Amino acid sequence: MNKQNDMLSPELSPEALRKIDREVAKYPADQKQSAVMAALVIAQDEKGWLPKETIAAVASYLGMPPIAAYEVASFYNMYDLHPVGKYKLTVCTNLPCALSGGVHAADYVKEKLGIDFNETTPDGKFTLKEGECMGACGDAPVMLVNNKRMCSFMLPEAIDKLLAECN
Amino acid sequence: MALIDTINPLLTTGWSKGDAGWSLKDYESRGGYAQLKRILASKMSQDDVIAEVKKSALRGRGGAGFPAGLKWSFMPKAAAEKYVVCNTDEGEPGTFKDRDLLRYDPHSTIEGMIIAAYAVGAKRGYNYIHGEIFDIYQRFEEALDQARAAGYLGERILGSDFSFDLFAHHGWGAYICGEETGLLESIEGKKGQPRYKPPFPANFGLYGKPTTINNTETFAAIPFIMGMGGEAYLNLGKPNNGGTKLFSVSGHVNRPGNYEVPMGTPFAKLLEMAGGMRGGRKLKAVIPGGSSAPVLPADVMMECTMDYDSIAKAGSMLGSGAVIVMDETVCMVKALERLSYFYFEESCGQCTPCREGSGWLYRVVHRIEHGQGRPEDLDLLNRVTDNMMGKTICALADAAAFPVRSFIKHFKSEFEYHIEHKKCLVSPEVQRAGSGFFRASSAAGAA
Amino acid sequence: MLEIEIDGKTLQVADGSTVIEAAHQLGTYIPHFCYHKKLSIAANCRMCLVQVEKAPKPMPACATLVTNGMKVFTHSDLAVKAQKGVMEFLLINHPLDCPICDQGGECQLQDLAVGYGESASKYEEEKRVVPDKDLGPLVSTDMTRCINCTRCIRFTAEIAGFMELGQSFRGEHAEVMPFIGKTVDTELSGNIIDLCPVGALTSKPFRFSARTWELSRRRSVSPHDGLGSNLIVQTKNDRVMRVLPLEREEINECWLTDKERFSYLGLNSAERLTRPMVKQGGAWKEVDWNVALDYASHALRDVAKTHGGAAIGGLLSPHATLEEMYLAQKLLRGLGSENIDFRLRQSDFSADGKRTGTPWLGMKIADIGRLESVLIVGSFLRKDHPLIAQRLRQSAKRGAQISVLHSADDDLLIKLAARAIAAPSQLPAVLAQIVKATCQLKGVAADAALAGIAVSAEAQAIAQSLVAGKDGGKNSGILLGNFAQQHPQAATLHALGRQLASALGGSFGFLGEAANSVGGYVAKAVPGAAGMNAAAMLKDPRQAYVVLAAEPELDCADGAQALVSLTKAAAVVVLSPFKSQAMLDYAAVLLPVSPFSETSGTFVNTEGRVQSFYAAAKPQGEARPAWKVLRVLGNLLDVAGFEFNSSEDVRAEALGGQPDFVSGLDNGIDAVALNLTASVHGLERVADVPIHFADSLVRRAPALQQARDSAAPTARMNAATLAKLGLVSGDKTRVGAGGTAILAAELDAGLPDGVVRVAAAHADTVALGAMSAILSVEKA
Repeated sequence: MNKQNDMLSPELSPEALRKIDREVAKYPADQKQSAVMAALVIAQDEKGWLPKETIAAVASYLGMPPIAAYEVASFYNMYDLHPVGKYKLTVCTNLPCALSGGVHAADYVKEKLGIDFNETTPDGKFTLKEGECMGACGDAPVMLVNNKRMCSFMLPEAIDKLLAECN
Repeated sequence: MALIDTINPLLTTGWSKGDAGWSLKDYESRGGYAQLKRILASKMSQDDVIAEVKKSALRGRGGAGFPAGLKWSFMPKAAAEKYVVCNTDEGEPGTFKDRDLLRYDPHSTIEGMIIAAYAVGAKRGYNYIHGEIFDIYQRFEEALDQARAAGYLGERILGSDFSFDLFAHHGWGAYICGEETGLLESIEGKKGQPRYKPPFPANFGLYGKPTTINNTETFAAIPFIMGMGGEAYLNLGKPNNGGTKLFSVSGHVNRPGNYEVPMGTPFAKLLEMAGGMRGGRKLKAVIPGGSSAPVLPADVMMECTMDYDSIAKAGSMLGSGAVIVMDETVCMVKALERLSYFYFEESCGQCTPCREGSGWLYRVVHRIEHGQGRPEDLDLLNRVTDNMMGKTICALADAAAFPVRSFIKHFKSEFEYHIEHKKCLVSPEVQRAGSGFFRASSAAGAA
Repeated sequence: MLEIEIDGKTLQVADGSTVIEAAHQLGTYIPHFCYHKKLSIAANCRMCLVQVEKAPKPMPACATLVTNGMKVFTHSDLAVKAQKGVMEFLLINHPLDCPICDQGGECQLQDLAVGYGESASKYEEEKRVVPDKDLGPLVSTDMTRCINCTRCIRFTAEIAGFMELGQSFRGEHAEVMPFIGKTVDTELSGNIIDLCPVGALTSKPFRFSARTWELSRRRSVSPHDGLGSNLIVQTKNDRVMRVLPLEREEINECWLTDKERFSYLGLNSAERLTRPMVKQGGAWKEVDWNVALDYASHALRDVAKTHGGAAIGGLLSPHATLEEMYLAQKLLRGLGSENIDFRLRQSDFSADGKRTGTPWLGMKIADIGRLESVLIVGSFLRKDHPLIAQRLRQSAKRGAQISVLHSADDDLLIKLAARAIAAPSQLPAVLAQIVKATCQLKGVAADAALAGIAVSAEAQAIAQSLVAGKDGGKNSGILLGNFAQQHPQAATLHALGRQLASALGGSFGFLGEAANSVGGYVAKAVPGAAGMNAAAMLKDPRQAYVVLAAEPELDCADGAQALVSLTKAAAVVVLSPFKSQAMLDYAAVLLPVSPFSETSGTFVNTEGRVQSFYAAAKPQGEARPAWKVLRVLGNLLDVAGFEFNSSEDVRAEALGGQPDFVSGLDNGIDAVALNLTASVHGLERVADVPIHFADSLVRRAPALQQARDSAAPTARMNAATLAKLGLVSGDKTRVGAGGTAILAAELDAGLPDGVVRVAAAHADTVALGAMSAILSVEKA
């Protein structure tokens, strides 16, 4: 994953556009907008977060009004409308997870990183988020790394190991 | 991974090899795609397929429990453009069965969807997969590639006149997309705000076209139903509650995980399969069907069997089959506060009662939990929920209201204690210990 | 038909009706916020919950379809409890700041809270605060008051045609907003103010200036485009404070363009002419009316005596009232002049004398939306006729085939079936191709003059879209826009349009440019057989001119030439609500006359509908209604038949009675020689008349002048033309014809090769002369 927080140009790389084209192909020819969720994820992966210029670029590529793309980017909570650290950790604290250490896991990460939810470490490496149900309650505590990697049974040793891996 | 124990396994037969048994070859070796082949080779009529599903009394496994065969029969025959859509936007707290279904056996869902598409005359389908399980989405895409390469998807499937293609669409963090019309909006590239019904998806679904939408587990059951026959499937369960069901058991048990049991299995049996209560502590309450279902106190729950009718009779819902088990260390006010926060965060914001009411509920419960409750708050909460329930486009307002009402109903004294004493009956230390880091008592081998 | 019972009253409604529509037919009010008859059903506010027999839950009346035998209770305990519950939710996060809210007194939430709200709130938690948004110079926001009904969002997406607003974030955090950093730029934006049921969106120019109950209301008629939108003009102390739409389904529906809504701001311009003025020895003096009238009548009488009546020319604004134009032509004819015209931007008058009636829309406005196929020829439709564009936008959604033949491919926000974009000189030829292709498709003989032409793919596609309807194109319309009417071969376009409609068996018409584009003909404000038209009387300078409510340098086809001729003239008598530097340069006398808001009068709209109105306010300063000024001039000049006591008297004489629609409407034209070939060398000018510069009133409305539609003119070209000239977008260029203008080059991919689009009616481009000039463009 190419996570850079510097302000890149809103244009997406040819590789990102190829990926978006692949998503567009899943839908009927007159329904390009259907690919907006995937396209925003591809754009977020490339830019690290979603500056408004990037959202506008995605909207323009898919032929939809920019505000319609912004509605989507602001509705689904795994899109980042503000810069985040190189590693965004999202800990589920919903009830089933909380019953099996979810809150403890979040507290442990907070203490290790010295940040609270919605904060980023001063070195820009980690951002911590509180998550809602990830559909993996049997694996509690669970944690997402950069939206796409699900980590199960996040007991202290597992958290230590994960944080050590992130560099 | 989630642990497995079963009685009469169907859906989970392919799970035994864990991550090593999901591919097309594995599925075929288990008899996979045989039903599709049989249907196509015998030119079975669409009506006969639907009749078989009707016979099975398979009820939608996503939460609402609507008979699947009946739903399919609503699809207009004449329409040229139709869709089948699978709902794998599994985000109801406590539910984690569909993730494992797609992880260990994605092809049963694919085959089920192809058969459904055949039965309703759809040419195209989508599986909407919860954004948080992106690895599962990727696996499903791989499985689709395998199925396409083998000729199970695409033009003229297995040389028949039937063409169908299937694609995966991922969510990105919105519980409301588990609501079927919110999900359809989301596939259309919009916010997942549910649509007013009627019209129902069978008439006005994806892109305004007739659409059959079912839960993953529902589709996954189809090949098995076609294989054993609707009646045999029905007989696995109990009348009106056909077949087996996956239950996701979480919370204070020794072995949280997915358990496939016949409908009508006693809750006590399910609890036993899940290793019993953690630390031998006393059962306090169970949410039997995902966080939206009303909570039931231990004594009521221990009398229930796990099927739609028994749980409904007890005053709750089987829902998605997510069983959240809570022991005596749980503060019911705190538990409700967390659930109320969830619905407050996940309300889509379109209907006034839910947009405004979910936040009101959360704030009042939050106040009570934090020692700022007032004696009139419980009546206020009941009145606010009353104004929310049944007043909105979708059921999220009801989902936000049910926990509040049921927690207050069954555990009123705990709420009153909080209001009066500005603290909890259960000491913070006990609570913290009870919800601490936990390692399953027998780490299952399949992980 | 279905039978429904609402609160014990039974009625029959059409299939597909909703409960709220049925209730409306019965006169039963069901409270609602998000529902609006012109917008899609959102069913999100939940205020309209009612009880339906056998339904376990209350149902939203806006979204519930009537079924036969349905029984509905709008005031039962269940219904009222649901409605009160919703009202409580709406109010918990709504600031109770009615005393400082501009919507106070005309707020749906305030009104309904009286009936459904409690006296005190049970909500004791912190209230929500939502940041305000900058939507541009016209619409002000107080987003904390927003109840998320999404009417404004649906308006931009569905009626205006482009989603400029959305509801971002979710749940309690949901916020209505434009895309970050964007404003709402549609020419219909002001309608969201009317649609907003609370004080979240209010009029920026009107803000905090008056309370609704302080305002007097008058019905009026828009003085701008040919539609003739109906207005409610609201005044306080004889000053127009606000203009709102008066709902007329068959004309403007419930909408107004921003031009119509906010142009009133120009009424209070510092450039208002409020005292009569005469030029003496090169210096302007404010004088009494009798002095000024005396001066004007003497000047005109002198010229008529010395040089004959034909030495006088009359340039009348097509935005003047019927009565004003009628008296002006009568005065001029009384002086012996037939040089009278109101068609100031027209350049081809060869149809004069060949028309068989008064040119008009050729159908009722409301019928436009029922056409199955439409071809729009030569029109900046979205800016020239925004509400007609809106009707076509809706009919395209219902499946109508809309096609366009034009010299610019501006986005109409209408789903087009086909289009042909060609240089102005090529428009007649392309239209001829469409006629030929259509005749072939219909199997009818085409005009012999079309025998040799080859049909392009674009023309063929348009022809095919025209015949696509149920009856092979019978229910079609061919409409000529302003650009076609201003075209140097307008008569050819007219004749070809007629041929096309006749091949289809459909309708043919003109989209009226101005409020009185039909009325001018009715008022006889056109030259007689020996008279000169607007272009001729400027090309061949007259000794004297009477200018009525026009600014010829901006309102004529060749503003530069108009300035030259007016400046040369011995006497220019100007009747105008405004003064300008140009006027002070060329005029001899300035007579302050009332704008539409300060006079009674009549506009005949593009469908021939006679719409009279009264003054909404007293004239400012010493301004007087122009019909009165003209009457006095008539008397002073001893012209017979000037004994009018009221504008109604004038109207009665002009119309020969009080018809609802004028008689003599007919788009027929006797044989004109088709002029299909144009030899053009050089860059052709495509001149649009920007929406906020089209007439003297809107040009002076400050808030409109700040809108995106009022951007300074540029020299727009397509990429090929830019490249050929060695230019890139943004370059400063010297554009020349007669004079020169320094304009920024701008890429416009929608233009054909070899054309430069430069707006007319703007001070920056007057020097370029004719709207159809050949231009030179070079890097400055």
